[in-house]
Amino acid sequence: MSAPSAVIVAPAEARVPDGTRERFRWAITDALTVTGRNLRNYVRIPESLFFSSVQPVMFVLLFRYVFGGAIQAPGGSYVNYLIPGIFVQTVAFGAVATSIGLAEDLQKGIVERFRALPMARSAVLAGRTLADLVRNVLVVVLITGVGYAVGFRVQTAALPFIAGLGMILLFAYALSWGFAVIGLSAPNSETAQVMAFPLLFPLTFASSAFVPVRDMPHWLQGFANHQPVSVVVNTARALMLGGPTASFVWQSLAWTAGIIVVLAPIAVRRYRRRS
Amino acid sequence: MPSAIEAHDLAKTFKGDVRALDGVSFAVEEGSVFGLLGPNGAGKTTVVRILTTILRPDSGSARVLGHDVAREPELVRSLFGLAGQYAAVDENLTGRENLRMIGRLNHLDRPVAARRAAELLDQFHLSDAADRTLKTYSGGMRRRLDLAAALVASPSVLFLDEPTNGLDPQSRLDLWEVIEGLVARGTTVLLTTQYLEEADRLASHVAVVDHGRVISQGAPAELKARLGATVLEIGLSDPGTAERTAAALASISQKQPHVLGSSVEVPIDGGPRTAMDALRVLDQYDIEPVTFTLREPSLDDVFLALTGRATEREPAGDTDSAGQSKKASRRAGARR
Repeated sequence: MSAPSAVIVAPAEARVPDGTRERFRWAITDALTVTGRNLRNYVRIPESLFFSSVQPVMFVLLFRYVFGGAIQAPGGSYVNYLIPGIFVQTVAFGAVATSIGLAEDLQKGIVERFRALPMARSAVLAGRTLADLVRNVLVVVLITGVGYAVGFRVQTAALPFIAGLGMILLFAYALSWGFAVIGLSAPNSETAQVMAFPLLFPLTFASSAFVPVRDMPHWLQGFANHQPVSVVVNTARALMLGGPTASFVWQSLAWTAGIIVVLAPIAVRRYRRRS
Repeated sequence: MPSAIEAHDLAKTFKGDVRALDGVSFAVEEGSVFGLLGPNGAGKTTVVRILTTILRPDSGSARVLGHDVAREPELVRSLFGLAGQYAAVDENLTGRENLRMIGRLNHLDRPVAARRAAELLDQFHLSDAADRTLKTYSGGMRRRLDLAAALVASPSVLFLDEPTNGLDPQSRLDLWEVIEGLVARGTTVLLTTQYLEEADRLASHVAVVDHGRVISQGAPAELKARLGATVLEIGLSDPGTAERTAAALASISQKQPHVLGSSVEVPIDGGPRTAMDALRVLDQYDIEPVTFTLREPSLDDVFLALTGRATEREPAGDTDSAGQSKKASRRAGARR
């Protein structure tokens, strides 16, 4: 191999952002660049593609056709009761991907390479959570299609349905920040996964996602009624199937904002410290 | 000549009281290649991580092109390129995507980043593999891409952390040529290596690092001159006689003879005259050598003389696992 012939070594010019506006613009383009990289990774790792596409479909089929017959849904139609729950369960499970992705980038030295580039410090976390948001949008569209195929019908109208999806996606974005903390605390991606699931299982299954809370043991109902997954599921159901919405929407927004306000700064601090 | 890179008394202690750096100072002239040479765990990578703003030193300071790495990290990051020993490129992206991403993160406009990626892929003979993911690349190809990634923003300072570690001899030669080409165009290079041959070939100035300290520095020729004019190397048919041979030869030179497997090496000042003494001593002790060679001292000899250890051995690794002996034999093989 011959030496590179046309590498032009110009005297290096120091490039720091010229004022706040350019700094802000760089922060955005850097975050989008990292987002694009993460999305490519999702598509090219078969496990992650399976995790975010096949698994939710399996859950729909499992609960619709295997467990569904044994569950008494309020309002009669279990498939209508189920799908809003599946939306939230899927994005909650998907948040584990945030933990795994960050843990893996740290482990493989990608984050270290990023740290030595003149890019915005915020781009790694922003790009990770944004990519997860984009993936969640696609997953939600997929479940809507599968849901319709197995008999789910929106009982309200298009607008409240979309508002419901919006609430779910906002909540998912908040969860990503929460699970980022786990990814930044774990020594590797396997451990991140092991740390994330014990948190995820009570949140998704001891909730109103699949089974009415009133059928659970009394001691569990207090938790199941007020924990964030139930609140968001109830909000989505109210918006998609009908019923009073205002109180649920406020509670959902409060949980979403609360998670971001508390956990995002912790994630940022962990990221700064890990090197 | 101004210094492109300066390190002043850098110290760093990691958790568990591991003293990685214990006062490291050096200066790298602009447009030169500086080699940080030492065994695994000597602290070379820690120096690079501090100079590239990834890690903060506990004390001491460092400058790149006159800018303090701790006080102006953001600016400093725009001045250098880094290729690490773990080749931290994204294996799920293609070669082209990796280079474009690094270009964008260096704030090159999209078309400029694309053009630069194409140029570098061409120069590093990776055009055919440009649109394949890195999973399909060989070790040598990954290192080349990693180096290309470090060059995307045309930096005038380049940090290469063990650039050829684990590569086969042919890929290593290829990469050396690439690095020599860059240096010929005025890039300042700081490279770390545990391969003495690599520092000997590429670096105009070498600092030997051991246990977080610079134990010697100078031009490779100076280091060798300090050692003695010539090295006498005696090969024996039976490794069992090596120790006896070394003891017998202790009288012919001021420097200590060293046993390396079935051969004995001793730095000598007197040239052929001392060689004749050596032959007489061997005859006296009834030792019959298989080979008898006078050669220029190598940096291997320098390291041996400075630390009393061969480079094949790890700092405290004599009792350590099989992985290290594998590494050691690979390295020994690479010397030939």
